[in-house]
Amino acid sequence: MKMRIAVTICVCAVLLPLPAQSVRLRLATTTSTQDSGLLSVLNPPFEKLTGITVDVIAVGSGKAITLGQNGDVDVVLVHDRKAEDLFVAQGYGVSRRDVMHNDFVIVGPAENPAKVAAAGSAAAAFGRIAAAGATFVSRGDASGTHVKELDVWAKAGGKPQAKWYKEVGQGMGAVLTMSADLKAYTLADRGTWLAMKEKLPGLKILSEGDSFLFNLYGVIAVNPQKWPKANYMAAMQYIAWLTSVEGQRIIREYTLGGQQLFFPDAIP
Amino acid sequence: MNGPFAKAITLLVTGDSEVWFITGTSLRFALSSTLITCVPGIPLGVLIALKRFRGRRPLLAVLNSLMALPTVVVGLLVYSLISRSGPLGGLGILFTPPAVVIGQAILALPIVVSMTASSLSRLDRQFPEVLVTLGAGRAQVLWMSVREARGPVLSACLAAFGRVIGEVGAAMMLGGNIRWYTRTITTAIALETGKGDFELGLALGIILMAVALGVNALLHAAVKHE
Repeated sequence: MKMRIAVTICVCAVLLPLPAQSVRLRLATTTSTQDSGLLSVLNPPFEKLTGITVDVIAVGSGKAITLGQNGDVDVVLVHDRKAEDLFVAQGYGVSRRDVMHNDFVIVGPAENPAKVAAAGSAAAAFGRIAAAGATFVSRGDASGTHVKELDVWAKAGGKPQAKWYKEVGQGMGAVLTMSADLKAYTLADRGTWLAMKEKLPGLKILSEGDSFLFNLYGVIAVNPQKWPKANYMAAMQYIAWLTSVEGQRIIREYTLGGQQLFFPDAIP
Repeated sequence: MNGPFAKAITLLVTGDSEVWFITGTSLRFALSSTLITCVPGIPLGVLIALKRFRGRRPLLAVLNSLMALPTVVVGLLVYSLISRSGPLGGLGILFTPPAVVIGQAILALPIVVSMTASSLSRLDRQFPEVLVTLGAGRAQVLWMSVREARGPVLSACLAAFGRVIGEVGAAMMLGGNIRWYTRTITTAIALETGKGDFELGLALGIILMAVALGVNALLHAAVKHE
């Protein structure tokens, strides 16, 4: 008897109703837009306005673009301009729009053992870190931040091959946490840094302001000719929302600890 | 008491709707995949235990090693099948609950088959023969054997349940950790840990253990009192 009750409970639990089916839009995006909390304020008004449910899949920019190429998502919101242009040029993506920007910052231990200069070029800062052999944590995951980091290393004399250079293959949040633990330097997007800095004792921004550290986010719809099942109409509605007066206002007004995280570019 | 335990209790008691939702999702995925697996898994295990056929031992060895199948590999395999660019892309089930359940069922199958087989091997060899002499048909022999070994068979199902409710690889790759949709306790822990919120991560881990304990207790009690 009790066996039957238990089985019934199990079956009921399995058949628990799923949330009402609605039009779903699959968005592949970088971890920074989710971890910074931006999408939690940007998506609900869109969902309310259109009745479309946005499924956010937060991965590195490299993987987000791969998901778009494979037709597994409808729209991508990423920050890796070269890969984005290639994605469009190869016919996988259409209608790319600039959405917003902020910048990357070089963070490291407050003691600053490599004596990285506060202002000045990012390449010079990386050069000092290399010269001092100070621990540096690299995303190592083909994300937008990783690509930018490699660009800076290229300017600073090439990607290091040394014990102090640790490629960990993890997201921005995990890399910042590791950097705090290891008293290491790393390159971070300002949005995630601001969202997490309270949890990162001993870590601070050591260099910022180089125009090379500009961080631009673009949104691209997956080409419906390539992937007819992609939800192209919803993707275009989402692009319209991000670049609308209202969407851009929400981006501009999103702050953490009194600091603005992203700067709108479609309607600046 | 402070820390993650207090946080876990607060989250549950204050009725944090998102935590309840995530917990429900985890439970639903894990129970679905375990139940789906048991349908072919238990009969297969019984057959392997009771029949003597060529290649039986190698088959058991393969099944045993499949129990060590990395969850990410299963995630990758299923992904390459159900991605729109894959052979089953037309179904469009990637990043939906069915995708996670399929992945978890594949993880659970070798556990159910292999553990059912080994538990029935310990049954008296003469048990099925006696049943046959008493006039039992094939289906009856199968059913009676499972009944006789119901404790160990249940353990097999619970081991499978434990494996899938605690796994993160397939749930992350196939479900996409989508909020209010495919986010499970384990993918939420991965997310919160990534964001540096270790306390919330631990609290969710405690909730996961409580859920697993609850399911185990319920089913054990059910079988004992049968």
